[in-house]
Amino acid sequence: MSTARRRAIVPWLWVAPWLLGFVLFMLIPSMMSLYYSFTDYSLLEPPVGIGLANFAELWRDPLFWKVIRNTLAYASVSVLVGTVLALLVAVLLESHVKGRGAGGVARAIIFLPTLVPLVAAALAWAFMYNPEAGLFNRVLGVMGLPRINWLGDARWAMPSLIIMGFWNIGTAMVVYSAALRDVPRSLYEAADLDGVSRLGRLWHVSIPAISPAILFNVMISIIWSLQVFGAPQIMTEGGPDHSTYVYQLYIYESAFRYGRMGYASAMAWIQLLATLGIAGLTLALSRRLVYYRGAV
Amino acid sequence: MTPAPRTSRRTPLPDRVLLTALLWITAAAYLTPLLFMLASSFKTADSVLDPSAGVLPRFSDAAQAIDNYRDVWTDSATDFPTYLRNSLLVAMLSTIGMTVSSAAAAYAFARMRFRGRTALFVLVLATLMIPPTVIIAPQYLLFKQLGWIGTFRPLWVPAWCGGAFSIFLLRQFFLTIPRELDEAAAIDGCSSVGVFWRIILPVARPALVVVALLQFIGSWNDFVGPLVFINQPHMYTVSLGVYMFQSQQGQTPWNLTMAASVIAVVPVLIVFLLAQKAIIDGVATQGLKE
Repeated sequence: MSTARRRAIVPWLWVAPWLLGFVLFMLIPSMMSLYYSFTDYSLLEPPVGIGLANFAELWRDPLFWKVIRNTLAYASVSVLVGTVLALLVAVLLESHVKGRGAGGVARAIIFLPTLVPLVAAALAWAFMYNPEAGLFNRVLGVMGLPRINWLGDARWAMPSLIIMGFWNIGTAMVVYSAALRDVPRSLYEAADLDGVSRLGRLWHVSIPAISPAILFNVMISIIWSLQVFGAPQIMTEGGPDHSTYVYQLYIYESAFRYGRMGYASAMAWIQLLATLGIAGLTLALSRRLVYYRGAV
Repeated sequence: MTPAPRTSRRTPLPDRVLLTALLWITAAAYLTPLLFMLASSFKTADSVLDPSAGVLPRFSDAAQAIDNYRDVWTDSATDFPTYLRNSLLVAMLSTIGMTVSSAAAAYAFARMRFRGRTALFVLVLATLMIPPTVIIAPQYLLFKQLGWIGTFRPLWVPAWCGGAFSIFLLRQFFLTIPRELDEAAAIDGCSSVGVFWRIILPVARPALVVVALLQFIGSWNDFVGPLVFINQPHMYTVSLGVYMFQSQQGQTPWNLTMAASVIAVVPVLIVFLLAQKAIIDGVATQGLKE
């Protein structure tokens, strides 16, 4: 083999494992799923082509629309409030001048929940929401407020899951505080000269300066929250009254409980396209809001 | 990346006290669920459900605490010693594979020029946008075809192909290594494998450790993978075992469920305590742009 040709091939050998994994574990399953979405496939018998019947059935399936509403409610509140919360905590951490070491401990504590196994976290929170002995109702009781049947009441189950999600802002917080530390000091000095207040500095300097990091995190949160699955599966199994029945749970049960792989695949493809669509829309809408340093 | 001097040097004292208090209240709130889990795991089956019993366990319950953990560990319907072994095996195999393969791909992206490099790197990053659970059902069918259901392979083989975040993180680190080092080695007759092995890997050890730790924790914590791909009880991982422990008897006492959860958390906690700063700094690189 000529040296030139070897030169051209060698880099591909280095990326070969990733490329192989991409084709085998992502591309092929995606294509299989696309094919199955046009079939009736019970796993026990070979798939039978049925055209668009799965999609037509989904359109008429009230549960399909229910899981979409639930998932969008979960995702929108989680992303909006979660982003604000993560930003506030990051600002709080970075404004903490004295005792850096102590600030580091606080940061580690707030980050820690993101590393707790989902099952353990979900069970701990399920018990915190326990109507009799759970921590939340104990606190309400001490304050003389009426108790809430958190996970057992169709009105409260979804808010309970959303609140639990705020326990996991650690990753976003860490990214934001790193970005805040990178904001050039000169920007703050200029703001000081202009007599901008502290809140004004946050709003007019810090947030625009770290807007690329915010955009990145918002995108990731959107993608992840649209596929929420573990917590509702473990804590409520979608109940009560389907109030926490989310999209991914319906896919999972269609495929593995009701043996309807075709139906599940159609849902998965709708989800994939919708997720990319929502993420793309967010990206497009953010163009005016995100400020890239050096791009001006 | 040296931390810039803090900007709020001139924050007045009362504000500073307020901010510090707010920070510690937040930290305490974030620690509470774990402490509640731990405290509940020490109680008796009755007192854990008794609202008048107080949140903290009593000293007289000390013997109970040991009993709880022994009950979970030796429970006849579940087998936590085996689950722990399974989890360790899967986590170690996937950690080795993820680190090696991601480093190899990152090396090509950081150091080699080839046609399609940019497009391929964009593709790697684009896979971050694909929700993994979307393709889990067809993956199950694929693994079934391959005869992998009933083995641990679905849980660790894909990691041997590397992952987008690990590749990204390592590439960013490799880019900071001076090229003169590779060039000197190449003049001394080192091949690309030699440069990778003798120069890049030793210098990049901190980044490799972060990738390995994050993969270990991710694999240890994985719930959906084992739930879908593992169907024999003797092959459960700790996460799946805890879930089954809680769900199978229907009315599992909360004190034992919390003890099982503590068992699942402890290894992750140890890893975090040993490498807290490295992990947090590694996660923070996610926000870096080009």
